Order: sequence, then C-alpha cells, then structure tokens
Amino acid sequence: MTTVKLNEVSKLYASTSRAGGLTPALRKVSFELAPGEVISLIGESGSGKTTIGKILLRLVQPTSGSVTFDGKNIASYSTKGLREYYRQVQGVFQDPFSSYNPIYRADRVFDLVRSVYFKGVNDRDWSAKLDQALDAVALNPADVLGKYPHQLSGGQQQRLLIARALLLDVKVLIADEIISMLDASTRVDVLNLLVSLKRKGLAILFITHDLSLGNYVSDRTVILRHGAIVEIGDTAKIFGNPQHDYTKMLLSAVPELHKKWQHTPLGPVAASANGQGANGRGANGQGANGHGSQGNVASGAVVATVEAGADADAVTALAHASMLDELTHAEQVVKRDLRAVFGGNRAVASGRSQVAVALEPPALHEFEPGHLVAEPE
Amino acid sequence: MSVSVENLSVAYRSHRGDVTAVDNVSFALADGEIMGLAGESGSGKSTLGNALIYMDPRMKATGGKVAIDGAPLPISDSKAMRPLRMSRVSLVPQYSMSALPPTRKIRKLITDLLRSHHVQDRAEVLTELRRRLGLIGLKDDVLDKYSFELSGGMRQRVTIILSTLLNPSLLVADEVTSALDVSTQRAVGEMLLEFRDRGYVKSVIAITHDLSILAQIADSIAIMYAGRLAERAATDVIVNDPLHPYTQALIASLPAVGVRHDEVTLTGIPGRPPSLANPPSGCRFRTRCPFAFDKCTDTPPFAEIKPGHHVACWKVSQEHAVTATAGQEQPAPVLPVEPVLPVEEQV
Repeated sequence: MTTVKLNEVSKLYASTSRAGGLTPALRKVSFELAPGEVISLIGESGSGKTTIGKILLRLVQPTSGSVTFDGKNIASYSTKGLREYYRQVQGVFQDPFSSYNPIYRADRVFDLVRSVYFKGVNDRDWSAKLDQALDAVALNPADVLGKYPHQLSGGQQQRLLIARALLLDVKVLIADEIISMLDASTRVDVLNLLVSLKRKGLAILFITHDLSLGNYVSDRTVILRHGAIVEIGDTAKIFGNPQHDYTKMLLSAVPELHKKWQHTPLGPVAASANGQGANGRGANGQGANGHGSQGNVASGAVVATVEAGADADAVTALAHASMLDELTHAEQVVKRDLRAVFGGNRAVASGRSQVAVALEPPALHEFEPGHLVAEPE
Repeated sequence: MSVSVENLSVAYRSHRGDVTAVDNVSFALADGEIMGLAGESGSGKSTLGNALIYMDPRMKATGGKVAIDGAPLPISDSKAMRPLRMSRVSLVPQYSMSALPPTRKIRKLITDLLRSHHVQDRAEVLTELRRRLGLIGLKDDVLDKYSFELSGGMRQRVTIILSTLLNPSLLVADEVTSALDVSTQRAVGEMLLEFRDRGYVKSVIAITHDLSILAQIADSIAIMYAGRLAERAATDVIVNDPLHPYTQALIASLPAVGVRHDEVTLTGIPGRPPSLANPPSGCRFRTRCPFAFDKCTDTPPFAEIKPGHHVACWKVSQEHAVTATAGQEQPAPVLPVEPVLPVEEQV
C-alpha cells in the first residue's frame, strides 16, 4: 500500500508586505491519501490548498510537521531518492497554457521525461509506451504529437500533461485546479479521466475551489479555511450533511442551474454613508484578538434586514465577502504577533500566547463515523 | 428598449486577412434586463462586448447597427464614442482585477477619471460613490488605498462601482465572477442585481463561460458559438428547456451540486470549435452536432421559434414548423429581434 500521509504539517510564509512578519499558510494539517482514492481539497484563495500540493511535491519545505510516503519522510530523500519519488508522485497545475514552452512542440514534455527516466528505452518501445499513455487520456496520437502548444485546445494540453505523468510509474497525482481554466464542454472529459485513473488504483489529490466539481469526483473531502482543516470526511457525508458553518456558507454560495439564490435587496442607504462604517465592524479592538473575524459577521457589515431567516443565505454571502475584507486586518495583527515570537521576543514565549491560539488549528471532533468537524474558531 | 444590436459583424485584422469574430449578431435588451452571454473560449463573446464600448486598433465593425436609448451608437468612431463611454456605455473588463493601476490610490484614480470625463459636479459624484461603497459593505478607507492593498473581491467590487458611477445605460461585465471564490462570486453577482434594481445601470450584458452563475443573475441568456448566436431566451427556458443541440450539450456537461461520478456520468462535447479564420459553411456546430443532416450545410437563420425564444438550428425550426401547422398556430416568422422580457416583469 503506497500511502501519502501528512503529519501536522504547518507552513509559515514570510510576508511581503511592508509590515513584514509571517503568514501562517498551513496550521497542523494531517490527512492521508490511499491508493485508488480521490480526495478533494476545497478552500478559498489563501486557505493553503496549493501550499499542500507544493509540499507534497517537495517544492516547498514545511515549517514543521512531515510528509511520509510509504512510511518514509520525503524530506530525507537524496537526489536519487527524490528522482524515484517523482517517478511515483506527479503534479498537474491550473494553467496548461503556461506549463508548455511555446517555442517547442508540445510533446517535448515527453522527451524530457524520457531523457531523465527512460534513457535505455529504444524508440519502438518508447512510442508504444507513449501511445499507451495517450490512449489512457483519450487522445489520438496523430492529433497531438508534433503540434505546438497553441495548436492544441486547453483540454488537450491538460490531458497531455496527465499523460506525461502516466508515462512514469505514477501512484499519486496532485491535480491543482486542473480544470478551472477549461471550457465546460471539455471540463467533464478531464473529470471523467480522473475517475477512470482512480479506478486503476491511482491516488489523486484534487485541489479545487469548485464544490460541485469536487463532489463529482472525490471519495473524501477536506475543507480548509485559513490553513486549518474545518471539516474532513466522506464526500457524501460532508455534502449531504455539512456541519461547520463555513462549509454551509460555501455550499450556499455555489451557483446552481436549477436553484436560484434568494437575493435580499440591501436596505435603504443611510444618508451619510460614513455613518455605516461605525456599524459594529471596523472596530479595531475586535481584530486585535487575532481571530475576530467571526464576530464581525454577526455584527453585520451589511445593512440588510433579515426576514425571519428566510434569506439568511444572501446575507451570509455578502457578509462573508465583508468578512474577507476584515480579514486583511486580522491577519496583519496575527502577523505582528508572529513576528514577536519568531523575531525572538521572549515576552510571548511563555504561556499560551495569542499567536499560539492563531496557529493552533481548531480541534476536530467526530460528528459521525468518517466525518470530522472542527470547533468554531 | 435600452439597447438594440442589429446584424453586427466585427472582424480582426490579421496577416491572412480579416477574421470575423462576431458574425451577424442581433439582439435587443429591455430596460432593466440583465442578459447573460455565454460561450466557449474563442466564441466571440468578449469581442462582442468590447465592440460596444471600445474597438481596439485590430478590430473593425464590418456591418450592422447599434442603438442605445433610441439613438445610434457610433461604435466605429472612437472619438464620438469617447463622451458616451462611462456615462452611456461602460465596461468592466475581463481580468478587471488587474485593471486598477498600482501607482495611484483609488481616490486619485476616481478624480482623474471624473475630470477626464468632464464631470462638473465632482463633489456630488464622490458623495454618491461613498454611499455606494457603504451599500455593498466597503469602508470609505478603501479610497485611500492602493489597488494591491485590496483583496481580489474588493478590487472587483471597486471596479464595478467605478464603471457604473455615472449610471450608464449599458454595462458590459466581462467575466466579472470568474477569478473569484464561490462566496465572493455570489457577493459580486448580487451586487450586479442590486445595482440594476436601484437603476445604477439600466441594462447589463454579463459575459461568462459559467452558465450556473447566469442562471442566478440573468433575466435572459444568449448562447454564442463560433461567432454567431446559437440560442437566446429567458433564463429558465435556456436552463430547463433548451432547444439548440449545442445549448443542450452545454447544460448536460455541467455537474450539479450533489451529483457524483458513480451515480451519473456526465459527458462533454466531442471535438472543438472551428477556426474562425476559415469557418465551415452552414451551421458552425454541425461537425460536433449529433443531429446534423444535409440541410445543415446552409446557414440556419436565427429564428424566433416561440415568442422570445430565438434558435439558429434547422432541426429545431423544422420540428417547430410541423407542430405549429398541426396546432394551427402561426408559423415561426424570421423577425427582427425583440427584447425577451417586457419591462413590467423586471421588478
């Protein structure tokens, strides 16, 4: 059993803003990916989902925690070991158009694989292997070989990259937003391809912000928020019975063809727009506790009047957008505190500082078998 | 009706001659109507939207007329268009999250914008600006920030506020929700609805490849394929009862929330759109269409099959002609296009 496992992986990034400091991108994330399993990793921008992909591909080192592959810490690999690792673990990324060098033919990506991993293979065996890989992704070799990237559609490019991964002895595929740039008509083909690969025993980490796509392909789902897991479990259970408020909010915002959002008209605008600023939000004191964003939602940045909860959805979405705005502020506070810790300020080193609270992910408890939910943060 | 487009064709100049990206497109928008314009990449939907606001030097209108509030819109004459932009027609461009200049604070950007559009009473417009910021839950202090200090959703909302500040009759919103997270997407979508309801914009063309967003915000949807309109009808008709085979395939390829691969296997559309440099004769979808027959080598008219429901498909118009005669109804006439929704139904 080839299993990839994350053990309490955290990652802090140095902030590029003038205020400096560190941004927690991941907070003690643990889960494992088994063969023949598709896990969808769902979260908004900044939730740390791409960082997880990068850490699994060893493009980024975790600040703490470890990733094991077959029980071996991937940080311990030598150059040769790493090459073997990449033979089994491969990634495909969001933008197929920038994954190719436009001045070379698209199938150069295969030649590069050959030059590293299949030096001894003769031309005939190689082309047989190539045909097999292209066949697996439902591409006709005559359509794609010898073409330049601009001559291929986005869907073809993306499938070519998956074929490239399949040439290797790949066991784990990290698919980071691989269909978000594709048209609806080709999107489904790539999704169905993932399903058929999974049935052949491939483990797939499907990173996406689109819940309906995640639900379509995955067996298990991980919902990430601010770098911590808020809900994890069987996809059917999470989508059928979401428990965390954040998951519920995400689900309520998904546009569906056959169900309309309940749009609540915003209340009348106050004569003085400035008066609204004082409406509970923006109070800096709230942000200062490092995780005050929840409170801001409740206090209602939006002046909408809620009619007996009928249109609670609409309010949540708008309020959430405002909450994200507030977050920048809360984040900055966290960053400042973090700098105090990592910059060697001894004062906060003792006891459970606010930073520790901010870094410590909310505790997970079991809601039902195969469905864990985080405490509200 | 606030906008009418008749037989508009727009071409790009290229080394190998003109490439017609928008081919003989006609539609009209009622006051207060939000029309969704959907299609695959390269279908010409952004070209159509941009042509109504700004023809860049590579583009030229090769035919057709556009009118706004009853007066002709001189889309080919950039000089004559200039005073109309922002005040009558306005655009939220694709990738608008990168549309705000990084070297100017938002307030400076807005005052520059107002000055260059010769707005006399700038103080009043700025008061209105603050009111609208407050309405969608943004604080005044965004005005004193640089664009890179704002989150993506904030930037998108600021851009929409800027584009609609002078209450244009037509707003072309090009992929305004595409790069956003679901929750921000919803907030931006509702913001468009709200601005329409409040009359900040009279009518909106929302361009996107995401039909499910349009199902939420649009009153009517036009489906574009390879430079031509394939189908246009009220939103629930497109979503629940599409007639054009392309629309049907598009709708069928969307995974609904809750659908899983082991229950339903969705299918894509085989093949890819034709090259517009050398488009096939007749119906442009026929090479991918499961129902294509010999008549499809002629170009199908964009005919009104039912009131407010236009389809460019021979199979559909034939079938409808049969049922219409059987039911003693009027045969489907090829009419100039009328807005899908009467004004009364907008509110």
